Amino acid sequence: MKDRFNYLFGSTKGLILVAAAMIAMTTAVWGMLSGPMAEMGVREVVIKLLRMDIVQSEREGRIIILYHSIAMAVVAIETYMVTGLLKMKSFYKTAINLLITVGYMMTMVFGMGFAYFGHNWAFHGLYITGLSLIFFAGVLLCAALWPWNPEYYISDAAYARTKKGVDLERVAFFTTAVTTVISALFGAVPGSYLGNGFETFLAENIIRLPHKTPMEYSIIGHLHIMLALIAVMITLIIGRWLNFKGAWHKVAMPLMILGCIVLNLGVWGVVTPLEPVAHMIIYVGATPSMLAALFLLIWSWGKFAKEGTAHIAKPTFLQKLGAMVSDPLKFGPTWQMLFMNFTTSGIGIFMAIRLDEVFRMWPAREERIELTGHWHALSAIIATIILMYYGDMIGLKGKIRQIYGWSIIFLSDLALGAVTVFEMKRLFISEAEQQPLVNGLMYAIDFGLGMLLVLLAIVMVWRLTDLFKPKGRWTEEATHELSQEAAK
Amino acid sequence: MKDKSNGTRINTDYTDKNGFYFFSAFFRARPRPIIFALTITLLVLASCAPVDLNAPLPVYDTGVDPNAWAQIPAGEVYFGQHEKIETTGAYEIMIADVTVRQYADYLNAALADGTLKIEGDSALGYYPGDPFHGVKHEIEIKAGDWEYIPLDDPSQRIKFDGTTFSVQEGYENHPMTMVTWFGAWGYCQYYEAELPTELQWEKAARGADARPFPWGDEILRENANFYSSRDPFEDMSSFGSRTTPVGFYNGQSYDGYQTLDSASPYGLYDMAGNVWQWVGDVQPQEGFSDRFMKGGSKDTYDMDLRVWVRNSAPPMYFSPGVGFRCVR
Repeated sequence: MKDRFNYLFGSTKGLILVAAAMIAMTTAVWGMLSGPMAEMGVREVVIKLLRMDIVQSEREGRIIILYHSIAMAVVAIETYMVTGLLKMKSFYKTAINLLITVGYMMTMVFGMGFAYFGHNWAFHGLYITGLSLIFFAGVLLCAALWPWNPEYYISDAAYARTKKGVDLERVAFFTTAVTTVISALFGAVPGSYLGNGFETFLAENIIRLPHKTPMEYSIIGHLHIMLALIAVMITLIIGRWLNFKGAWHKVAMPLMILGCIVLNLGVWGVVTPLEPVAHMIIYVGATPSMLAALFLLIWSWGKFAKEGTAHIAKPTFLQKLGAMVSDPLKFGPTWQMLFMNFTTSGIGIFMAIRLDEVFRMWPAREERIELTGHWHALSAIIATIILMYYGDMIGLKGKIRQIYGWSIIFLSDLALGAVTVFEMKRLFISEAEQQPLVNGLMYAIDFGLGMLLVLLAIVMVWRLTDLFKPKGRWTEEATHELSQEAAK
Repeated sequence: MKDKSNGTRINTDYTDKNGFYFFSAFFRARPRPIIFALTITLLVLASCAPVDLNAPLPVYDTGVDPNAWAQIPAGEVYFGQHEKIETTGAYEIMIADVTVRQYADYLNAALADGTLKIEGDSALGYYPGDPFHGVKHEIEIKAGDWEYIPLDDPSQRIKFDGTTFSVQEGYENHPMTMVTWFGAWGYCQYYEAELPTELQWEKAARGADARPFPWGDEILRENANFYSSRDPFEDMSSFGSRTTPVGFYNGQSYDGYQTLDSASPYGLYDMAGNVWQWVGDVQPQEGFSDRFMKGGSKDTYDMDLRVWVRNSAPPMYFSPGVGFRCVR
């Protein structure tokens, strides 16, 4: 029992497993409260079965707590990956992992308890305590990642570094961590202010009003930047896992650092008198960040093609392509980053360009669908990337690896592609004639996401049964660290 | 790698001699991906099925008089989700949405006295314009003739034969839709009434307390016409949700479909669901040229039927899910 506890709460892979299981359970239960599940009447059954206390006027507040509960577990997973992949003092690693684990669990358990099961104010206090612990873990992570400690200088010329040897990839991790901690404050301050007066709101519901208070701007900025930073961090993590290096790395890391800083300055600027130009600053910042991700993609795909055809004297294009996609778990994360341009960035840019001519001619509810749809899609893409890395770290091999990896890619891309068409449907079909298209898209979305959850459930059940074995896979994972397994 | 079952080797070299393991395996050895692809193709084809916008619909007399008005007393009201206390004077409001029949009658009268024009496929009327502040995203609404209703849209239930407006059979007591905010404003003005302000609308919907729905705290399918509420006018496999006659949710049974009496405390029907309702606020914020819509509709989930929920659109917008009622 003690060994298993140590694995689950003392090893990087165990901690990731616990967080993934918590997210899976939350998603499975709370996913039944909306969309087609609500249409089919499942929502009412779940509410009655679990004795939820659903007050209509508190829906927005409940959703905010639900988002935070899931997001904090995702942030915890990324943090575990960072502490597992990067060199740092063991004190920091232990303290960060401990704080963030207690933090996200308190956030999830007490937050959801407060939001959905009656307003126990002790729960609310513990929810806030959980968020505070995560914030403190973030501060410690910044200290742990301090890149100007000579201990972390690098001499290998294959990686981006300064003349002195400062590891620019570590600087990128550090920049992302620091800006994440600062950006959290942009949610915490107005959250305390608005939450205390119970005047919570969802940003998509006020997006069209031309005059917003600084607190409202702060919330809007916060939700955008936090998701963007989670995406930046997973890109860096994937780069480290794949051992990103060489010329592309040397260009990508400075771009990532620059992009991250400018992007944050733009978003923070939304609450200042710079608001009118803030969007332009955001675009300027997003471009180098996305370029850096593109360079990771180019490098990694080239690497897979090259390594996979090393045994062939003159590989053809198809052979290279086959090699490139031969391992879905390694090809998948960067593919999903590319796919994100269709579901998220592309939609965002298109909306920005045609906002007044097209989108603002439609009702606000249509715009809400586009806004919520494209960031749900980004969140789901980040989740699939995490799942692919997780599949690799638990040692999936052979056919299982192929099935697991390609299922994640096909199912999520099917669902998210359908979501994107759903968001944009008004461009090509009228409201009166849309129902068959909506039905088809809903089937695709439900099938894709549903099967993805089934796949996740199978993995979770397998991991649970593994825990009952005296010499299960968990015994190996308890001692392996991610940094040892990063591609060489 | 050894297969435990029979000791044979599993190919982990994904670039086989033909060079393209994944795609060749996809088509050679796996029928499932092909079935998957075929299923997707069938789904796409099914998604493109044409919709009969004139499919037969049941005809019911709800017994609710669309010409009736409800008295709303002066006094305080809980306004918005966060229950801000506001005050209104006394006013009257229509107990039901303006029906297609009522609107056709108005169009005929307005056409006869010259306050309505026909240009191309539109019926137009005069609107004196909005103040314009040049705020980002603001649309300039100048004084002049604006479209009240489109005449050529297949979802339009009012037909025009060149001289007279008539109602498509079966839709007489359904709420008037496919009408712009200008068209709603023009109707109310014509009868010396106005569109309700958002505050007036909310007060009429929820009465003196802070209830989220006109009838109380919870919503059931038999309370209102919303997305997938399974009313007799709905077929989610083809045309989707359609409007119900005004006052349909009054506790009556229609061919075995039992509704709940869902009137507001002041006796108004359809203040949640069926069609969004234009309200009259012009520039509630400087530079905000959209008009608010309230009440949710046949096409939205129940959360949008809560009385404080706002939708908005530019005043030239029209839809099969947007109607209105007047105050005086």
